[in-house]
Amino acid sequence: MGTLFKRVGVHIALMSWLALFGVSAFAGTVTLAAASTLRYAMEDLSRSFGQATGHKLKIAYGSSGNFYSQIKQGAPFDVFMAADMDYPERLVKDGQALGPVLKYAEGRLVVLVSKQSRVLADSTLLDVKAALADGRLKKFAIANPALAPYGMRAQETLQHAGIWESARPRLVIGENISQATQFAASGAADAGLVALSLAIVPQLMSSTRYALVDKAWHQPLWHGMVVINQKNPAAADLLAFMQTPAAKSILKKYGYD
Amino acid sequence: MNWPAFSLSIQLAICTLAVLLPLAVWLGRGLARSRFRGKAAVEAIILLPLVLPPTVLGYYLLVALGAGSPMGQWLADAVGVSLTFNFAGLLLASVIFNIPFMFQPIQRAFESIPAELIEAAQVSGLSGWQAFKAVELPLAWPGVLSAMVLTFVHTLGEFGVVLMIGGNIPGETQTLAIAIYDSVQTFDMQSANLMALVLVFFASFAVAASLALSARYRSRST
Repeated sequence: MGTLFKRVGVHIALMSWLALFGVSAFAGTVTLAAASTLRYAMEDLSRSFGQATGHKLKIAYGSSGNFYSQIKQGAPFDVFMAADMDYPERLVKDGQALGPVLKYAEGRLVVLVSKQSRVLADSTLLDVKAALADGRLKKFAIANPALAPYGMRAQETLQHAGIWESARPRLVIGENISQATQFAASGAADAGLVALSLAIVPQLMSSTRYALVDKAWHQPLWHGMVVINQKNPAAADLLAFMQTPAAKSILKKYGYD
Repeated sequence: MNWPAFSLSIQLAICTLAVLLPLAVWLGRGLARSRFRGKAAVEAIILLPLVLPPTVLGYYLLVALGAGSPMGQWLADAVGVSLTFNFAGLLLASVIFNIPFMFQPIQRAFESIPAELIEAAQVSGLSGWQAFKAVELPLAWPGVLSAMVLTFVHTLGEFGVVLMIGGNIPGETQTLAIAIYDSVQTFDMQSANLMALVLVFFASFAVAASLALSARYRSRST
């Protein structure tokens, strides 16, 4: 019954959205620069976007900071879906995008450890703190705080827990959040602060444990999107689609608030 | 297995060879035969892409050709082309970072041809082109061949430059080496494994083939 309800709900949402925006008369392709946390959600999103509009998505994944500099150099992306609001807003300020920057999701941080790790995944980071002191924790993985929004929030979380200074010499920095997740999940790092959306992918679930970090411990991980190429009408369709209840429920399923 | 990435890599390698081979044979032969002030400097510049970190090369290319640069703007306004984040840009980058792999072996091969042989060809009344075709090129062939193999395999494997200037766009600039990185990031070890194996196979096959060919060539010519 529940799933039926959900399906009907999705259907109605899609229909009403179609009625509101109308189906574009053509099938276009949108080249999307997407934050690497979106990989898994994007498969579903891309499918239902295609069903709703007939458009196709061509997706490049990477860190938001990298995309920012590539777009500034003229990279041919139609839409930029970042892992924060700041990078898209900077593009608007720089005149590379017209805006507005729209929020499409909120990410969550988790403490992730591999099952072999001797560090516990606890949401208060108390055991991380203890493990730093007693030497169980030799390497701690986060994404690059200078480039990746999840890295910045991880730094704030460690600061909030009062262990930033002691953790600093033990940090291993992933170029983006996927790589940081890789480090922690493989056991190469004893623990890591990574994205919930990556911690719950099926490939990692069997070999890792995670605990959700209180979102009051860091600045919100709001994710913003912006149209880069105004000439591609399908780009606006993607932004509209991302705000439908259908898209929101897919994002929810994949670890976004 | 990411076939679009595979075919893109192969296309890139073939196009790189097509652009570089005539240039390298022409200029490599010229360099081998001539002495001039500043020859060492020219040779050093040719070697530069070999010692520079690929990301440095990629960074300079991106800054030089990107939409924000004067050159990038001129290319876009006057010629209507962009050389970043597309195949043409990848090809240009690939040609540049393969210069040492192509020029070095070819120059050495032409240098190793005894001067008497070339003089003998001239004395026998062969024109420059005939001498090149009948005497020099066959003698230099093992060098040319190994240059081609090195360049081909090196193009398949190049990562840093391609990532900087190409931007990992599936079907357009996502080469095999980058697709492997991408698969690892997706925790998709199975396709990463498969693609890595393809590269290992290609590299071993190419090296073995070039060794075998040049060995056969040597045994025939002596």
